[in-house]
Order: sequence, then structure tokens, then C-alpha cells
Amino acid sequence: MIGYLVRRLAQAVLLLFGAVTIVFLVLRVIPGDPAALILGSQATAQELAAKRDEMGLSDPLLAQYARHLGEIVRLDFGDSWRLGGDAFAAVLDRLPATITLAGFALLFTLALGFPLGVYAARHKGKLADRAVSYFSLTGQALPAFWVGIMLVLIFSRTLNILPATADGSALALVLPAFTLALPFLGWLARLVRNGTLEELGRDYVRTARSKGLSERVVFNIHVLRNTLTPVITVLGLILGNFIADAVIIEQVFAWPGIGSLMIESIQNRDYAVAEAAIILIAVFYIGLNLVVDLLYFALDPRVTLETV
Amino acid sequence: MSERSAVRRRLGVGPAVAATVLGLFVLIAVLGPLLLPYDSVATRVGDRLLPPFSTASDGSFALFGTDQNGRDVLRQVIAGSRVSLLVGITVVVVGGLVGLVLGLVAGYYGGWLDAVISRIGDMQLAFPSILLAILLAGALGPSLTNVIVALAVTRWVIFARVVRGSALTTRGREFVESAKVMGASDLRILVHYILPSCVQPLMVASTVQVGLTMVAEAALSFLGLGVPLDQASWGSTIANGRDYLASAWWIAAVPGIALTLVVICIGLLGDRAGDGSAPAKEVAAR
Repeated sequence: MIGYLVRRLAQAVLLLFGAVTIVFLVLRVIPGDPAALILGSQATAQELAAKRDEMGLSDPLLAQYARHLGEIVRLDFGDSWRLGGDAFAAVLDRLPATITLAGFALLFTLALGFPLGVYAARHKGKLADRAVSYFSLTGQALPAFWVGIMLVLIFSRTLNILPATADGSALALVLPAFTLALPFLGWLARLVRNGTLEELGRDYVRTARSKGLSERVVFNIHVLRNTLTPVITVLGLILGNFIADAVIIEQVFAWPGIGSLMIESIQNRDYAVAEAAIILIAVFYIGLNLVVDLLYFALDPRVTLETV
Repeated sequence: MSERSAVRRRLGVGPAVAATVLGLFVLIAVLGPLLLPYDSVATRVGDRLLPPFSTASDGSFALFGTDQNGRDVLRQVIAGSRVSLLVGITVVVVGGLVGLVLGLVAGYYGGWLDAVISRIGDMQLAFPSILLAILLAGALGPSLTNVIVALAVTRWVIFARVVRGSALTTRGREFVESAKVMGASDLRILVHYILPSCVQPLMVASTVQVGLTMVAEAALSFLGLGVPLDQASWGSTIANGRDYLASAWWIAAVPGIALTLVVICIGLLGDRAGDGSAPAKEVAAR
């Protein structure tokens, strides 16, 4: 068990190292000369050379990379030229808004997806089941950022019942959280439906029925309990995807989270902030995947190390 | 038969309908701009924000209305369909070829080659593919080529994994063993014996990825990181329409409907081609 934990943890650290390397290559190597970017087109060759020396850009790439790794370990991403001040602090400042949004989206997904799935399973093959499946498929196919805009059109501009952008009220959460949740809501409903149907066909259900338990008890006590395990484990994956998808959805609703900060930073070539934001998202993503693996292990006594 | 195709069959949405819609889409993307050319810089103030089904000042019929500069939305959507199709196909061909070669090598040879290729893939998937695309497109700057590069870089892993899986299972089959005994070269075995087994799963993955790539391109252009503004893209038209939701809903609505329709039809065909009942993989592949 301890061995597995250590191995899995080492794997996560290695992945993170890979992610940092990819981001370094993309953001520090491709964009050309950061010194020219900072000094603008008016700078002379001497000024540029001096700035490059100052920033360590004249060093070999490998030396820059090694130095950069050290900085990241100390959470030193440099300063934001656009916002002034520490880039990582700017990202942390925006983090609560994204966490709130993702949390509410998860709430939506669970509160709607789980009952929908159970309902579909109980009415297998009937109209309700088909409706849920159709809803699930459409929800996954729709481009989420466009759905968000259409929701604004309907609920903010036309019906005027929900705010279109973050205005500080709790109601402002509804549209972005629902937009974020929609693709996963239907996905979860289908997962729950299929899981429930699978459990219903198992031997223990027949045993429970044959010893005279009511259908309600069989379903609520025995079947649902076993359906919960896969659901709880995928919640981590869904949450990770929420934080990633939020990058685009936050932009739709002008939501002040790390996603919109990241896009603004990239648009303004403020790479220190963009890097801090994406690495934080990667940490979440990798961390949640790790938690999912461990939860799966902890929640289901039937899963042993051999089956992992 | 997969769960999803079962659902669709019962719903009666035939793949024939999907194929027809997609055929029309391709036809419009290829021929449309010739019949109804779109001029991104033309401005006709008199025709600003005309609703659908109105007639513009020059007597032309604006089926889907006009935008804030008096440009015809239908023409914009037709011009955008070309970008969408071009990016979708090119990215899948480029990403698919790279993935095919690396997947074959990794699956067939195994060993350290496989370890290196697979670990690079894992690292890339350590953060969601759309974020990597955003980073790359942002660093490279807005251009059609850069969008294709950014998206192809994020897609090769998916193809490589699919191909590697097939190659790995085929490698141990008897006919491969006997070909080896007969003295066939590695290249010959790869091309004649391993490759055919990878084609079907690769085709299924490609179909699905064309749809996802088109959505990703629209998202990049929506964020202003996709194709430059002088080229119409469904994503940038939607972004533009967002500022006029209260007065001209059609600007944002029409390209989104077009995109949704095409993506759903691609999904329908993809389902027909393969088994779509692996939800965990779907989420991981987003």
C-alpha cells in the first residue's frame, strides 16, 4: 500500500515536471525575444543586449531552464509587467472565484445528473430514458462557450432574470456554473444510469429480492450504495475538467477567475502570469487525478492492489 | 452495438441524415465563398444590424441579417465554414500521421522507444489539451497555420495512443510471428501486418477528433487567439455577436447553430463507425 502511494506520488511529480518543461518551451522559447517585448521597438541594440544580460537571456537555454526550474520550485514566476507586482500573487488573488465557480458547477452536475441517471435507469427503454440519453448526447456535443452566450441571450437579455456577468450577487453564478456543468451533467447521468442497470442485474440484488425486501429497500440501500463508488471517483476528473474549461467559460461571463486572467495575460503577452496560471491549473489537474486513483482504492473494498 | 448508437437508432436520427448534412457542409465550404464572396473590410453603415429576412440597401437579400458593419451574416458563416473544415481536416491529417508513426513505433518495438514516446504523451496530457492549444496559439500569434500547428500538437497523443494499443495486441499474433520467422523486415511487418489492424480504430478516432478540433478552433478564434480578424471564423463571428446580443442576436446565434449541427452529425457518423461507450476515455480525451 505504502509502496503504491509512493509510486503514484512520484509519478505525479514527474508529470508536473513534464508540464513545467512543456510550458517553459512554449512560453519562454517560442515567443522570441522578451527583452524586445519589454523595451518596445524603439530600443537600441545596446539597450537590448543589456536587458538580455540582465534577464539572463544570453545564457545557454539549458542554464536558463535549470534556473527557471529553481524559480518555480520557490513559486517565483517573476513580476507581471501588466499588473505590476508578483505574478503568482496575482493568480492566487483570482483563485477563489474559479474554485467557487467550479464548486457550484459540481453541485449542479451532482444535483441534476445523479437523479436523472437513476430516473432513466428505473424507466429503462421508456420515453424518459430516451429523453435523458438524448439530452446527455446533445449536452456533450454543444460548444460550451456558445451555449453560455445563448443562455445570456435568453435569461439575461430577453427574460432579464439572471445577471450576464459577475456583479457580486450569488445569482451571477447560475449561468456560468450551469454552462460549465452541462456537458458533464449528461455524461454523469449516463454513467449513473448504466452503473445502476449493471448493479440491478447482479446476484446480490436477486438475493435481496428473494428474501422479501421491498423494491424500495433493494434500490435505495443496496443498489445506490454500489453506484456511488464510480460516481465519487469520477467527480475528481470532472472537477479537474471544470477548472480547465473555466478558462473559456470565464471569458464568456467576464468571471474574475484564473481562467480569464490567463487569457488576458496571453493576449497581452504577460507570460509570467500566464505561466503561473497554467501551472497552477496543471497542479490541480494532476492532483485531482491522483486523488481519484486513491479514492477508488479507498472506497471500494473489492479493489485490491493486484487489480489496480 | 454501443449504448449510444442504440439510443440514436431508437431516436430515428439516421446516419444518412448526418451524412447528407455533412456533405452539404463540405459543398458549402468548398464552393460557397465562390458564389457568395465575403469581404471582411467592407462597411455599409446603412445596412447595420439588419434582422434576418431583410433586404439590404443594394437590393440583396440578407437571409441571416447583417452585423454592426452591415456585413452579411450568411456570407460570414459560409466563409467561416471554410476555415472550420480546413482546420478540422488538416489538424486530423497532420496529427493523425504523426500519431500513427509514433504509435506504430512505440507499439511494435516497445522498450525504451515506447517508454519515451508514452511518457512524453503522458506529460502532455498532464494538462488539458485546450489549455496547451491556447498557450501555443498565444505564443505563436494569430494565423491559420499557427492554429493548425497548435491544435495538431495537442492531438497527436490521442492518435498515438489508439495506434499503439492496436499495434501492441497485433504484435503478439501468430501471423506476425510467422512473418518474422520467414525473415520479413521490420518495415515490411509494420506496413503489411501491423498497420492494417490500426486503420479501423484510427478512423474512428479521426472522425471524433475532426468534430472536437472544429470546436477547439472556434474556441481559439472566440478568444482572439485563432485565425486573424480579416478571415471569418465561426468563433470570431460568435465573439463579435456577443457584444450585440441585446440588439442583434442572430450574429452570435447563426454560426453557433452551424457549428453545433456539424459537430452533432460528425458524432453520429463516428458512433456508427465505432464503439463510443467508454465515458472515462471521452473525458480524458477532451
